[in-house]
Order: sequence, then C-alpha cells, then structure tokens
Amino acid sequence: MSAITRDEVAHLARLSRLALADEELDHFAAQLDVIIGAVARVAEVAADDIPPSSHALPLTNVYRPDEVRPGLTPKEALAAAPAVEDDRFRVPRILGEEA
Amino acid sequence: MPYDEALERFEPVLGLETHVELGTHSKMFCACPTTFGAPPNTQVCPVCLALPGALPTANAAAIESTIRIGLALNCSIAEWCRFARKNYFYPDMPKNYQISQYDEPLCFDGYLDVEVDGRTVRIEIERVHLEEDTGKSTHVGGATGRIHGADYSIVDYNRAGIPLVEIVTKPIPGTDRLAPEVARAYATELREVMRALGVSDVRMEEGSMRCDVNVSLMPRGATEWGTRTETKNVNSLRSVERSVRGEISRQAAILAEGGTITQETRHFHEDTGTTTSGRSKEEAQDYRYFPEPDLVPIAPDPAWVAELKAALPELPRVRRLRLQQEWGVSDLDMESMHNIDAIDLVEATVAAGAPPADARKWWMGELARRANEAGVPLVELAITPDQIARVCAMVAGGALNDKLARQVLEGVLNGEGTPDEVVAARGLQIVNDEGELSAIIDQVLADNAAAAEKVRGGKIAAVGALVGGVMKASRGKADAARARELLLEKLGVSE
Repeated sequence: MSAITRDEVAHLARLSRLALADEELDHFAAQLDVIIGAVARVAEVAADDIPPSSHALPLTNVYRPDEVRPGLTPKEALAAAPAVEDDRFRVPRILGEEA
Repeated sequence: MPYDEALERFEPVLGLETHVELGTHSKMFCACPTTFGAPPNTQVCPVCLALPGALPTANAAAIESTIRIGLALNCSIAEWCRFARKNYFYPDMPKNYQISQYDEPLCFDGYLDVEVDGRTVRIEIERVHLEEDTGKSTHVGGATGRIHGADYSIVDYNRAGIPLVEIVTKPIPGTDRLAPEVARAYATELREVMRALGVSDVRMEEGSMRCDVNVSLMPRGATEWGTRTETKNVNSLRSVERSVRGEISRQAAILAEGGTITQETRHFHEDTGTTTSGRSKEEAQDYRYFPEPDLVPIAPDPAWVAELKAALPELPRVRRLRLQQEWGVSDLDMESMHNIDAIDLVEATVAAGAPPADARKWWMGELARRANEAGVPLVELAITPDQIARVCAMVAGGALNDKLARQVLEGVLNGEGTPDEVVAARGLQIVNDEGELSAIIDQVLADNAAAAEKVRGGKIAAVGALVGGVMKASRGKADAARARELLLEKLGVSE
C-alpha cells in the first residue's frame, strides 16, 4: 500500500502553490512514496531506550540577550527585491487564487 | 435580528485569541530594533528578511516575559517545549513560514477572573505561546484599500519578527446576554495585566494588542455548540464588545431562518459595528506545522520560574480589591470606575491628599461627563490628579463650594491655568464677607417681596427661591447654607 495517495500529493501541491499536471502528480506520488518509505526505515531502528528527537543538538535554552544591533539599510534590504514601491517590497495581488 | 430577540432564542459561546506585541528592544529572533512607526524597511536584517543562510536566535527577554505573562494568568509553565514552523504562502512573512508554537505552548491551563455586572466571571486560559509578528501589507488599487479587489500589495517588514504572545481562552459558555460585556471585560483586564507586568505598551490603536473574537450560537437548551466565526483584529475595547453584539445578531438571523453558519474569518467594520466575510477557515488551516529545526527546545529551570513567580507585581484585580477596601466603595462603584479607567486617576488624587469619596465624586461625576461630551478617555482630559486634589482641598477649606469648584475645573480644562490661577482670574472665591452677603440679601428681598412675604407668613419652603436669588446675584459665590440662615434671620422666621 502506498504511504501517500495521489490526492494527498495534489493537496500538498495546492498548498505549495505548485501547478502540477496529472501526469506529474502520478510521477511525484510514486517518488514521494519511495522517500517516505526510506524515512520510515529510521523509525524501525528506534528503540524504547532512545527518546524521540526533533533536533541533532543535545542543547536547550540557547538565547541571546535583548540587545539591538544595526541591520540593513532600506537600500540594502530592497536590493534583491523583484519590485519595489515606496521603500516597500511590491508583491502580486495576494488573494488572487482564492477570490 | 435585534440583539434582545437573538438572546431569547440562542445562547452564545465566546472565545478570544489575543495577540500582544512584547515591548522588547530587539526582535524575537534577530537584533533588529522594534520601534513603532519607523520608516519602512529600516528595521530589517538578513534574519527577518529570510535571506539565504540566515539563522534565528531566540530573545531571552521575550522568553522571560512570556513566562511572566503565563504566571500572571495562573498558567502552568512547560518544563520543555519547542518552537514550530507554521507554513503558509502569504507575503507578510518572507520565510513562507512563521515561527510559532504548536502543540507545545510555553504556558497552559490558566485563568483570569473578571468582574461584570457585579459578579466575577472566571475566564479559562487554554494556552499562552510565543511567536513572531508578521510584516505590514498595504493593498494598492481597487476601491476599498482592502485585500479583495487590490491590484497588488506592498510590504514593510519592520514588524516582521517582533515578539508576539498569543493568549487563547478556552470556550466561554454561560455568559448569556452579558457576552459582549464579558468579552470587553476580559480584554480590558488582560491589557491591565500586561501593563502591570510592563511587558508591552498594549496600544490597541497601534496594534500592539489585537483581539480575535470567536462567537457561536446554539438554540436555548441545546448542549452542542454551534459553528463559530472568528472576527479578526478588533482594534479597541469598545469594538470587542460591539463585534460580539453584532455577530450574535447576524448569526441569530441566519439560524432563525434555518440557515447554517460558515466557519470562517470575518472582518469587523468600525463604522457600522458589523462584520463581513473574510477567508474561509478550512482554506487556511493546513499549516503543516513541524518542530522548528533552527532553534533548540525551551526548558525553563523550575527554580527560575519560581523566582519569576515570586517577583510578580501586584496584579490589577488584587490591587482593585485592596483599593476597594481602602476606599470603602461598593462592587458596582468599583466596576464603573474600572470601566472608564478612572481607578488610577482616583488613586493618584487620593495620594495627592484628597479624601477618596471626593476624588471619586469629581472623576466619576463632572469629569466623566466632560470626557464623555468631548468623546475622549478620562485620562486624556487636560487636568491632573494633583489639580483635582487641590480643588478638593479648597472645597474642604470652605474657599469653594461645589458649584464654584465646577467652574474651576472648567477653567483648568480650558487651559486657563492651575486651580489657584483660575480662582484668582475668574474671581471665584466664596463670599465670606458677611457685609457683602447681607447687602446682596437685602437687595434680593427687595426684588422678591412676594416670596419674602410668603416666608414671613410661615411658608418656610419658599425660602429656597430666595436662596436661589442670592446665589444668582452673587454669581454662585455665596455660601448657600449661610445665605439661608441670614435670610430667615432677616425675615424673623425660625425653623
């Protein structure tokens, strides 16, 4: 049985704003299934004496003091923006696909 | 449907999600400043712009403030928890995700007690978690300046990454027709707790405190809650109350006609007090949260948490109960002072030497009336607690009566100077000179022979008109009680 269905891949594609054609959905569903299978093998080696972990570092409470440091100028910040207006990032209409 | 009719048929269940921007110097995950109103994109860096390779580091002060908020709201503090990525495609966050917390909030299971209509309502707190604020989008084109109909948007990321605490209540049933007032009282109390803790400036008009208001209705007697809507970013305490009231009426009208409520986000309109549909909730909810790999877990040392708890300031409700005892006022009096933010003012006036009853009388009477007329909060009136205390002292010392005192207050509010300056400039001293008063009385008796005759004839009540005449002739500066005595004496009548 597949670990991921074609419908789930279509749903993920929509959430990721990827316009996938039908044959692409078939293609990626099969690929993702292999990937999920590979990841699942990690779960097989987990034993009761190994606590679940979401992080490679055995650290907690790593903070910085609440101190201000200079960042970028607006010119630097906007240098790589595809479009700029009034020192702001200009972006396409936001709710286009939902409206 | 009219609100009263809606409440006859349905019972509301409330829920509130409140976002509070913390008043830290720097952002949550980078060292950019957080000053409100700075020119666009002047408080940004590679981290909050999500430039490739930039990594977040958590702000220690924000962690501490969040724990203090949790403690003040009687929450348990997680011994271990993580940040999580909330994934969504929306340009208000350049990362395409927001760092938030998901199933492991820093604080959980608390409560906040609020007073409404003379009774205490306990609002259960589900969770308090820490996240980062988003950038500010301006929608360009279209007729309304809103998202719908806009041609494109422009984004300022100064606000992106400012530490944001989200405080979520459990569903609040049983408020019945007081639902709007309970929602407002909760938001008010929460704002005061934040102020007492000094963790945020909680300015709703600047967006440093924002309420999302959930409302659902169920038919009277039903046990299963209805579908709820979430009204976003309600930006004043008054709007919190109005949005609940408006949404109850709107939902009741739909349900009464056999319709169904759509679970959705709605936008509140300040001008009409109504809401309109935003995005549907199902659409937005698939955030694919997962533990944030760029940050290590938070594991507050229980000893440190205990220290923070011991060092909490006196909380607003405890302070109110203390002041209520000290001032000897009723629950309802205290609540009405609280409702118009008069408690600090009365307390400061008492601290400046006024008796509590007098301080309360002026702030809740004449000054509340003037603030109401001017449409401004009481605290914004151009008069200080010290000045009210001075006026109280002048009344107590016999230099002013209440009527003259009102004129003094008016003068101060008009910018004519201090109470003493207004008294001098307007000549508002009570007439203490018996000779002067006597002359005024003689004139009034001469001008009102008929009334004088009635009093002589035994109709003592008629003296009131004569006292009124004396007050008028003295332009309010006579001591009314003394004038009455003198009038009766001159008319040869005793009581």
